[in-house]
Amino acid sequence: MEQIKQREVILTRTNNKKEFLQGMQAGIPIGMGYLAVSFTLGITARNIGLTPLQATAMSLACHASAGQFAAMNIISSSAGFMEMAVTSLIVNLRYLLLSSSLSQKISSRTPFFHRFIMAFFVTDEIFGISSARPGYVNPFYMYGAAVVAAPSWELGTFLGASLGSILPASIANAMNVALYGMFLAIIIPPARKDRFIAGLVILSMAASLLFSVAPVLSQISEGFRIIILTVVLAGLAAVLRPVESQEIQEESAHE
Amino acid sequence: MNNSSVYLYILTAAAVIYLIRMLPLTLIKKEIRNPFIKSFLYYVPYVTLAVMTFPAILSATDSPISAWAGFLTGVIIAYVDGNLFKVSLGACAAVFVVGLFL
Repeated sequence: MEQIKQREVILTRTNNKKEFLQGMQAGIPIGMGYLAVSFTLGITARNIGLTPLQATAMSLACHASAGQFAAMNIISSSAGFMEMAVTSLIVNLRYLLLSSSLSQKISSRTPFFHRFIMAFFVTDEIFGISSARPGYVNPFYMYGAAVVAAPSWELGTFLGASLGSILPASIANAMNVALYGMFLAIIIPPARKDRFIAGLVILSMAASLLFSVAPVLSQISEGFRIIILTVVLAGLAAVLRPVESQEIQEESAHE
Repeated sequence: MNNSSVYLYILTAAAVIYLIRMLPLTLIKKEIRNPFIKSFLYYVPYVTLAVMTFPAILSATDSPISAWAGFLTGVIIAYVDGNLFKVSLGACAAVFVVGLFL
């Protein structure tokens, strides 16, 4: 217990500033990737007849790629608001798992109101870098990442919606893998240190491949695929190798 | 479509998405003691991010060849270095360079 307390992130002003700056640094590659994805989002918005302002407002309010594509689909088909709510729930359900996981990374000493702000920035990427933090995550780390990454999500949407494709195709094409590269940077280093996690990552990718090509399974939407595989495989891993709280703290402290 | 109904649609989506993110963060206030749930939540990021990355990355570019180059380069840099920026940029650079020859 004593050890955990020692490692605990103490919310002092200098520490917050340091964490904020580190977050900003981590936010740069995220912002780069966001620019590419939100650009496509903006072009889609333009194609269904949204104004640049509307498209940008949506990006500002949602910060969700698949969620926004789905939402635009609903808008363009003029479906009802109930349908919008249900579709948004289904497409974005994985955030329920991510936020639950993140809830265990927040120190009890972190003032409660931070959770309401942090919730706004639980994107796959910002969640990813936050959960990769050793020990507890300082909210200011997330905010630092968000102030760098989020504006480029809005900017990309705005540019895509107002100008269409302005980037040379070869550059836009290359930028499409930026976010996947980030995900790799989050999952591969722990996998290198821990063979169990390496096995879990490989199994997850193999299962995901199976779900995308196998008959019947490939009918399942991507959103549900992520949820089903996360529940099953993380559950399996938890049964095979339960992790003690002490162990989690130490493992992450060693990174 | 009229302007205010577009904003109502956006508001609906945004409210649902925010609630999904906010409820677990605010309702799960304490450290979970149950070893299974604790371990499950610990493994969630690895599984979710791995599932989201593969095979989706292979169709992210205009050619599977450049996508594979990006994927493998990303894995190798992540294995050797692990720095977010280098991995991300390296993967993009691989796609760009391979794309020049396709």
